[in-house]
Amino acid sequence: MADTAFATVAEHSAHVHDVKPGFWHTYVFSTDHKTIGKQYLCIGLIWAVVGGLLAYVMRWQLAWPDTAVPGWGEVGPEVYNMMVTMHGTIMVFFVAMPILLGAYGNFLIPLMIGARDMAFPRLNMLSVWVFAFASLVLFLSFFVPGGAASAGWTGYPPLSAKVEYTGVNWGMNLWILALALEFASFLMGGVNYLTTAITLRVPGMTFFRLPLVVWQQLTAATLFLLSVGPLIAGAVMLLLDRTIGTHFYLPDLGGDPLLWQHLFWFFGHPEVYVILLPALGFVLEVLPVFSRKPIFSYRGIIYSTIAAGGLSFVVWAHHMFVSGMDPRLAMPFSITTILISVPFAFIVFAMIATLWRGSIRFDTPMLFALGFLAMFIVGGLTGIFNGSAPADIYISDTYFVVAHFHYTLFSSVVFGGFAGFYFWFSKMFGRLLNETLGKVHFWLTLVCFNLTFFPMHNIGLAGMGRRIANPLQYEFLVPHQWVNVLVTVGAILLLAAQIPLVLNIAWSLLAGRAAPANPWEANTLEWTAPSPPPHLNWETLPVVYRGPYEYSVPEVREEWLPQDQALAAPSR
Amino acid sequence: MTAWPEGGVPMLNWMRWLPENVSTYGGDIDAVISLIYYVTLVWFFLTLGTLAAFLILYRRREGRRAAYVTGDRLKESAWILVPLLIVLGLDFWLDLRGAPVWAKVKSQVPPAALSIQVTAKQFNWEILYAGPDGVFGTSDDLQRENELHVPVNKVVRVVLKSKDVIHSFFLPNLRLKQDVVPGRTIEAWFEATQPGQYELPCAELCGFGHSGMKGWLYVHPPEEYEKWVREQWRSS
Repeated sequence: MADTAFATVAEHSAHVHDVKPGFWHTYVFSTDHKTIGKQYLCIGLIWAVVGGLLAYVMRWQLAWPDTAVPGWGEVGPEVYNMMVTMHGTIMVFFVAMPILLGAYGNFLIPLMIGARDMAFPRLNMLSVWVFAFASLVLFLSFFVPGGAASAGWTGYPPLSAKVEYTGVNWGMNLWILALALEFASFLMGGVNYLTTAITLRVPGMTFFRLPLVVWQQLTAATLFLLSVGPLIAGAVMLLLDRTIGTHFYLPDLGGDPLLWQHLFWFFGHPEVYVILLPALGFVLEVLPVFSRKPIFSYRGIIYSTIAAGGLSFVVWAHHMFVSGMDPRLAMPFSITTILISVPFAFIVFAMIATLWRGSIRFDTPMLFALGFLAMFIVGGLTGIFNGSAPADIYISDTYFVVAHFHYTLFSSVVFGGFAGFYFWFSKMFGRLLNETLGKVHFWLTLVCFNLTFFPMHNIGLAGMGRRIANPLQYEFLVPHQWVNVLVTVGAILLLAAQIPLVLNIAWSLLAGRAAPANPWEANTLEWTAPSPPPHLNWETLPVVYRGPYEYSVPEVREEWLPQDQALAAPSR
Repeated sequence: MTAWPEGGVPMLNWMRWLPENVSTYGGDIDAVISLIYYVTLVWFFLTLGTLAAFLILYRRREGRRAAYVTGDRLKESAWILVPLLIVLGLDFWLDLRGAPVWAKVKSQVPPAALSIQVTAKQFNWEILYAGPDGVFGTSDDLQRENELHVPVNKVVRVVLKSKDVIHSFFLPNLRLKQDVVPGRTIEAWFEATQPGQYELPCAELCGFGHSGMKGWLYVHPPEEYEKWVREQWRSS
C-alpha cells in the first residue's frame, strides 16, 4: 500500500520536472503541500492582525470605559460583546489552528517523513480553499445587519439560540456556517496528515524514528477527528433552533441549554490540545537542536502525549462546575482534570532535562522555545486552580480564567508558533532572518506578554468577570482599576512589539541572505532538502538510518548526525 | 483611575487580592485556593529556577561538548519520574482536600432559616420573599428588584430560576457562584457572617446589559432585619 502510493508520486515527479507550472498553479491553485502551508500561514496572520485589533479596542474600553478608542470611536456594550465573541473565535479557529496545524502540519509532515507531497494533494488544496471560504463568511458576518455574533466564543444557548436575546440575526447564523466550514476544512486536513504519515514514510523511517512534532501533529489531528463530531451535531441543532423553530436548547418546550455545553466542551477541551500539541512539537524540535543533545526520553514524551490526548476526552465538565449540572459529577471531573498535570509535567521535566549538560546556543528559535517553556509552566500551574472544583466556584468566569488560557494558548501560538517560525522560515522561504531583530522581538514580546497577562490573575482573584464591558460599574472593582490600565498598556505595547517581526520579514524577503540547506546543523529530513525545497522536495529521496535527535554522539566527530547519513555501525 | 493600593500590593501575593470573605464556607474555599497557591508557587520557583540554572550552567562554551544522554534508561529517567510521583501525590492531596469543601458548598444544604426565590432575567435579579407565612405563592409574597435582604448568621436557601437566558448568581464576598439556567430550578445556600452591603453581579454573559447587571446583598444584624421585615409587611 505504502509502496504503490509512493511509486505513483515518484512517477508523477518525472512528468512535472519537464513542465513548469504557471503562476496560478504555483501560487494560487497549487496542490504542493509547501504552498498550501504558506497559504494557511498567510490567512492565519491576516486574521491575527484582526484579532489583535479587536483585543486593542476591548482593552481600551476596559481601561478607560466609555471613552473614544483612538482609531475606532466609542464602544457600546453590544459592540463589546461582539468583539469578545469574535476575538475568541478568530484567535482559536482562524489563527491558532491554521498557523499551528494548517501551515506547519502541511509544510513539515511530508518533508520530515521523506514524502514528495501529502497523500491526497487535491484534497489538501480543497481544504485550504474551504478554509479561505470559511474566512470570507466569518469576515462578512461583521457587515450584516445586526452585526456579528455576540454570544461569546462558546455560543451558549439560549442566548445564541434566539434573535431576540442578542439582536444578532445573520451574524450568528454566519458564525455557525463559518465554523462548520472551518471544521470541514480541518477534517480534510486531519485525514490527510494521518494517511500521509502512516503510508508515505521513506524507507527506514519507522514510527519511533519520527520527529516528535510529527507525533504531536498526528495526535492533534486524531483528537480533532474524534471530538468534532458531537459539536457539528450540536451546531446543526443550534442552527435549526435559530432558523426553523426547533427547541433542542430552548426550555419552553422541553429543550435543555446544558446539552450544548456538554457537546461544546466535549469538543472544546480536546480542541485546546489540538492547538497546544503542535506548538509543543515545535519546541520539542528546537530544544535538542540548540542544546546539541538528544531529547530526554523520546518515547516517554510520545506516550505522555497520547495519555494527555486520551485524558482530554474525560475532563470536559470542568468547564461546567457551576453550570447547574449534578454537583456529584464535579469531583470525578476534578480528579481527571488535575491528573492531566502528570503527562504534561513529564513533558515539561523532559524538556528541562534535555537542557541538562547540553551545549546551549541562544539563537532566536531557542529563545522563543525557552519562552514557551517558562510561560507554559505558569499556565499549567494556574490550571490547577481552575481544575479544582471548590476553587473554581469562586474563580470560574473571572479574569483568572482569561489569564490562564492566555498563558497556555497565547503562549502556544506566540512563543511556540514563533519558535517554529524562526526555526523553519529559511526552509520555507529560502532566506535567512536577521538574528538581532529576532532577539529584540523576543525580549519585547516576553516582557509585554507578562505585563499584559500576569495582572489578569490578580484582577480575576479580585472578582472581575471575564466578559464585562465596564469594570467601573462595580464598586468592589473600582479600587483595582489601575490593574486594568496596566494590562491595557501592556497589551498595546505587546502589539507594538510585533513591529520588529514585520521589519524582519520584509528585510529578509527583500534583502536577506540566501539560506543554506541546513543553517542550524539539525538532523531531521527537512534540512536535507534545498531551501526552499523544490516541487516534490528532493531529486532522490533520502533513506533513514536512525532517530531524529542524535546530537553529540560519542562515536562521531561532529555534534550532529543527520537521519539520512549512513554509518558503518548505526548507533541507534 | 484610582491610586496604587496602600503599601503597594505585590502582584505575586495572590491571596491578598481576594475580596473580604463574609460567609461561613468562604474560609474553606479560600483555604483550598491558598493551598493550591503555595503548592504551585513552590513548583513555579523549582521549575523556573532549575531552567534558569541549566541555561546559565550549560550555555555554549568553546571546547565543551554536550553529554549524550537519551533519558531512555530507567536510571536516567528517575530524574523525572521521582518528581512526577510527587506531582501525582500532590494531585491526590489537592483532590482530597477539595472534595469535602465542594460537598459542603454545593451538595449538603443545611436546614435553612429562610428561603428566597431569585429569578434572573435580562438584566435584573427579581428577588421574591415569602413573607410572614413563609410560603411562596400566597398574597403576602413580596418582590424586590436587585435587593436581597438577609439576616446575619442565618442559613439562607436561594432558589434560582431564569426567565430567558443563562445568568450566574455571583456573590464575590461570600465565594458563592451558581449559574442560573432557564428550565431548571437550582438551589444554593449561604450563611453570611458580617452585616454590610455586598455586590451581586451576574457572572455569565447574558446579552448587551450583562455588564452592569447586578444587585445588592444586604446583610442585616438581627434587630435591623426585624425592622426591615416590619417595614415591608406593615400593610398586611
